[in-house]
Amino acid sequence: MATMRRRAVPYLLISPTVALIAAFLVYPIGSVAYYSLQHRNLTRPWADGFAGLDNFRQMLFEDELFWQSLGFTAKWVIVEIALQLLLGLALALIVNESFIGRGLARSLVFSPWAVSGVLTTGIWILLYTPGTGVLRFLGRPETAVLGNPGTVFSAVVITELWRGVPFFAILLLAGLQGIPGELYEAAAVDGASRLRRFHHVTLPHLRDAIVLATLLRSVWEFNNVDLLYTLTGGGPAQVTTTLPLYVAQRAVDSKDFGYGSALTMAGFVILLFCSLLYLRISRFGGER
Amino acid sequence: MSADVISRPRSPALPAGTRGRPRRDRGRVLRLYLPLGLYLVFTLVPFYWMLVFALRPAGSTTPVPWPITFDHFATVWNDLGYAVFFRNSVVVGLWSLFVTTVLAVMGGYALSRYRFRGRTLFMVVLLCTQFIPGAMMLIPLFTIFKTLHLINSLGSLIVADTVFNLPLSIILMSGFVTAVPFSVEEAAMVDGCTRLRAFLAVVLPQLRPGLIAVGSFAFIHTWNNFLFALMFVSRQDSFTIPVGLSYTIGEYSADFGALAAGGVVAALPVVCVFAVVQRYLVHGISAGAVKG
Repeated sequence: MATMRRRAVPYLLISPTVALIAAFLVYPIGSVAYYSLQHRNLTRPWADGFAGLDNFRQMLFEDELFWQSLGFTAKWVIVEIALQLLLGLALALIVNESFIGRGLARSLVFSPWAVSGVLTTGIWILLYTPGTGVLRFLGRPETAVLGNPGTVFSAVVITELWRGVPFFAILLLAGLQGIPGELYEAAAVDGASRLRRFHHVTLPHLRDAIVLATLLRSVWEFNNVDLLYTLTGGGPAQVTTTLPLYVAQRAVDSKDFGYGSALTMAGFVILLFCSLLYLRISRFGGER
Repeated sequence: MSADVISRPRSPALPAGTRGRPRRDRGRVLRLYLPLGLYLVFTLVPFYWMLVFALRPAGSTTPVPWPITFDHFATVWNDLGYAVFFRNSVVVGLWSLFVTTVLAVMGGYALSRYRFRGRTLFMVVLLCTQFIPGAMMLIPLFTIFKTLHLINSLGSLIVADTVFNLPLSIILMSGFVTAVPFSVEEAAMVDGCTRLRAFLAVVLPQLRPGLIAVGSFAFIHTWNNFLFALMFVSRQDSFTIPVGLSYTIGEYSADFGALAAGGVVAALPVVCVFAVVQRYLVHGISAGAVKG
């Protein structure tokens, strides 16, 4: 009797979590799959009903915005992650050194991570708006960088870097702190230069942390809607619309749940496929 | 542990030039302080610019907020409803913090201390949830909350935010539990404590850094969540700070003072929380990663 009860303890401990995940994550995914085969629009309830593959046909063959948003999503994720990795790694290496005021420096450079997407938008609108912004101090002509299809991409990329680099740096710093200091001492004794030490000690040890950080952040940037939704609204002329943003617009603005669910399914499949591919290629957790 | 390393002769073996004082200082400036300084400028100028707009009188264009005025704060707090948004955000944030932390301790303890059937599956499910986009759950969650009559109530936000916070929190917390040696718990149980009492009396106090990391993580995420609040709540008296701020951005785009003051109100709690717990967060991720 006592062992029976003891064996039940871990299950009791995780049961609330399992129930929450089942009810609010697993079940919803199932219902998205179901809705994607339905016509369902809250603004036109009379037209609801079984749709078969109509939504998917419309998405793949008639909806140019779907393909356009997919292209922008890829560009957005790749550019953001490449730059965040570069800057985040540099930042992590810098604040991993010991110097006076390191704690304060860390708190300051990491602080944008705690800022929401909407607030980031608010702050950068102040910076970008002609007449009030800071571009005039940089000797730039006063243009509305967010309204111009030629400059809007750089503008949103820089804005997201401001908020995105810190978390990348936090993840990599955590990885750096796991490298035993003796390795550096030994390498230094062997006369290895700073660059060689980075290449032969730091990078191999950080490999898994880098793979995990890039993957987590890619998924996160893929899913990141708040910033673009409020900063550009996907514009101008939908050039900054990512797939999830497109879904959010369909869901929030037009209440078209059937078609939005079909887009969601496409997003799931693409994300899952890319993640597995990435883990495979990078041989995560495998032998070095 | 590393006594032999420390006692190794260092200076003679090091390459010439890296130890000499002047060269070394210049190297540190170029390698450390210069890039750090540049990055600090990039980080802090946006915050500073927001403060300037929030504190200087409307119409002023000076780059320093002088004379200081708190009119913009009075406007957003009283006229634009930020007092209500702030209260709502605090309620949702604290509830989510509380529920997430309690469930994370339970789940983390189970993962760390027990080997049970389904443990691996549970871990895999927790990791997989990290790939679920919040934006893509808007539609089904809206339908669920509508059935539960939680639309326009803060309850929907507490539930949704907690569910999205939980998986990572449990993984982090299990790392922290593993860091507490099982022997201390065993000793207490030998002394006649039940396992629960042993946990409460011996383990829980040692989990303090973990509780702080997970709790602050949950609070910051919840405080910042925009999409759920936008989708599930449409009555202004249930708005949270991010939704209120998004309306300020949209409707009052000419009134930058109000926008900036609203931004300061939105930023202050999370930036303060973050400044205090930043080191626990890095530590927590290390603990989780070592475990993972």
